[in-house]
Amino acid sequence: MALDNESQNQKRNFKVVGTRVQRPDGIDKVTGKARFGADMSAPGMLVGRVLRSPHAHAQIKSIDTSEAEALAGVRAVVTRADFAVIEDDEFTADTLDNCMAGEKALYDGHAVAAVAASSTAIAKKALKLIKVDYEVLPNVTDVDAAMALDAPVLHEGRANETVPAGMSSNVVARHEFGHGDIEAGLAQADRVLERTYRTAATHQGYIEPHACLATMGPDGQADLWCCTQGHYFVRDLCAAILGMKQGQLRVTASEIGGGFGGKTTVFLEPVALALSKKSGRPVKMVMSRSEVLRASGPTASSSIDVRIGMTKDGKITAGFAELRYQGGAYPGSPVEFGAMSAFAPYDLEHVKTVGWDVVSNRPRQAAYRAPGAPMAAYAVESAVDELAKGFGLDPLEVRLKNAAREGTKASYGPTFPAIGLEATLQAAKDHPHWAAPLGENQGRGVACGFWFNFGGNTCVSMSITPDGTVTVSEGNPDIGGSRASMSMMAAEELGISYDRVRTIIADTGSLGMNDVTDGSRVTFAVGLATIKAARAAKAEMCKRAAQVWGIDEDAVIWEDGAAKPAGPNAGEFPPMSLAEIAAIASNTGGPISGHHEVNAEGAGVSFATHMVDTETDPETGAVKILRYTVFQDAGKAVHPDYVEGQFQGGAVQGIGWALNEEYVYGDDGVLQNPIFLDYRVPVASDLPMIDTVILEIPNPGHPYGVRGVGETSIVPPLAAVANAVSESAGVRMTELPMSPPKVLAAMKSK
Amino acid sequence: MVQVKIWGSLAAATDDQTTVEIKAETLRELLDGLGKKYPAIQPQLDRGVSVAIDGWIYNDSWFTPIKPDSEVVLLARLKGG
Repeated sequence: MALDNESQNQKRNFKVVGTRVQRPDGIDKVTGKARFGADMSAPGMLVGRVLRSPHAHAQIKSIDTSEAEALAGVRAVVTRADFAVIEDDEFTADTLDNCMAGEKALYDGHAVAAVAASSTAIAKKALKLIKVDYEVLPNVTDVDAAMALDAPVLHEGRANETVPAGMSSNVVARHEFGHGDIEAGLAQADRVLERTYRTAATHQGYIEPHACLATMGPDGQADLWCCTQGHYFVRDLCAAILGMKQGQLRVTASEIGGGFGGKTTVFLEPVALALSKKSGRPVKMVMSRSEVLRASGPTASSSIDVRIGMTKDGKITAGFAELRYQGGAYPGSPVEFGAMSAFAPYDLEHVKTVGWDVVSNRPRQAAYRAPGAPMAAYAVESAVDELAKGFGLDPLEVRLKNAAREGTKASYGPTFPAIGLEATLQAAKDHPHWAAPLGENQGRGVACGFWFNFGGNTCVSMSITPDGTVTVSEGNPDIGGSRASMSMMAAEELGISYDRVRTIIADTGSLGMNDVTDGSRVTFAVGLATIKAARAAKAEMCKRAAQVWGIDEDAVIWEDGAAKPAGPNAGEFPPMSLAEIAAIASNTGGPISGHHEVNAEGAGVSFATHMVDTETDPETGAVKILRYTVFQDAGKAVHPDYVEGQFQGGAVQGIGWALNEEYVYGDDGVLQNPIFLDYRVPVASDLPMIDTVILEIPNPGHPYGVRGVGETSIVPPLAAVANAVSESAGVRMTELPMSPPKVLAAMKSK
Repeated sequence: MVQVKIWGSLAAATDDQTTVEIKAETLRELLDGLGKKYPAIQPQLDRGVSVAIDGWIYNDSWFTPIKPDSEVVLLARLKGG
């Protein structure tokens, strides 16, 4: 697809886009009417439950399900033997193995069997009757320990061709990016800072646990309702795992109670389908919170070495980072994106990053907003801050001095087109927050962040209904306000009011392939397709008006929601509104619709700068967030409320990552804190109102200039909070989370 | 001929060159040409790549045109959350 350069040199006066219209899902959500994954039901439905490994690493010698199957009320029991054998696709084979263990249980909570029964009580009782004979193996959950040559090995032979010989079999991929000569660059510095930073694995913390309802008939046709960020991907994965044809499985996405990347894969869905296939009955499965934390996908934990050289006037002469991410029990940690994004905010002559993908006895990581980037930004932005402050320089000025801009050769390779980093830094510098006074035990931190964003496969179908309202059908679950945004872009393009457009999320049988709602792609890609679908509908409506008027269709234009003669030579006709054309559609050729299918390319990269004030309690080490401001480039904010919400949400999740959240494992590899009481996410009372400043540097790749905004906002906060705490606690912290005991210990040891 | 920048850990597959020349006018020709000229890079092509052309990132639109003087950078296949 060629890039759409329409926004480049064109200032558009938007009428709907950029306003704060009422959100279409608001009433349903606040009144409890919205139907989430666990709200689906069907006649004759069974309850599905999963038996999970209590061991972090164990050979499964045998599974005896006979007693469970004999229990009254049990309709089906499945183990790995009930799924397809996948030999030629490592990703799908790993996904199956993660949903239902094969030869080994690879982490605490790994699914080893599942039952479908007529009640929850019977299902739970049946799980206790399944006899699994385990041979418990040594485990490893720490990334550095997993890289040691004597570490317990999860898999043999999974390292790809990039891994040098002689490393632990747990090291499965190596990634290297950069340009220039690091040592030559460091030699130019007045100071070279070397630090090692560590971050804990954190969970996306969505409120809604994974849930689904599956039915499969004896003819092999199946339906699945589930909470997901990508029901087409769910369809494709489940079909492969169950040996079905994709067209035999229809997947409908429910309302979603948060995803943040964690619902871009499958956990329960293939299991529910297998149980339904075996029992012949609908099967509903809902994870408990403990199951979510033990066995869905948190992000990676990391260990990162950084070397950065800086002159005393703040010029960064070289940057190097070696990043080690464990992504759980299977290859695929997001370390390559950490390595690509670590130095992206800077214009560097000498830069190099090396990333190591490592497996360990933890649940398979899933995407989490800007996967891999927050940890890398934490390390680099902490080091830049320490260098700047060490020279007595303004950390914002140092970032401005070294900022990537249009024409900068990015650390990961390409030359940047127009980007908004400088604008966010300048806005931060000019904001009253930057000049506000601080009190005792208080500190201020800033940090920058970057994310790529992308487009992908997208379909939109737009129906003009007989009464002149419009329905937009799209195939991406609404995780951040996309229904409102699509309705707004459709209304803008059609020249009608927002309340005449309704956007729905279609099932997999209703539209062509749609990629997952991830990569901050939806407002960009689905928005682009919505605009193009509206233009197709407008062209058809102009044609219908031309027929009515008896003039050439080229002599008709669309303006202010109506077809009009293009000029005096076209004839004198009163405008025909969308509603008027829709009302006579059956007389002029039949129903009117517009659609657009595209693999959207040209998503613009995005930058943000965050600023935060903290106060550290010298008695307890507890850190309080006093004030927080996000400065981010949105390209064009279609619905500013949602854009601000994305900025605020990313900042809050980053605050949790920085201060409290962590997976805590015992020596036995068992997760010690699989409930929200012990896994401490920030709540409203922990936080000030997160202030936001939206910058709008149009993306030339989108008709309205839209960039994705959903992910960049979680990249800077880890470092911004750490940089603030280094002031408020008076000690530089190099390990997350900065929980009170750690901060107190660091303060006492300084 | 198009100059293609290869990321560091793939250079072993391109005779230690971080920039290679491929005869290509489209993304498809570029990826096919890379695989044929440097078979050792094929496993990564099979795992998936993105390609930055003049600063814009493309995933897999085969017929995306590439000009001889375009800046072309091979990237790890982008994913998101």
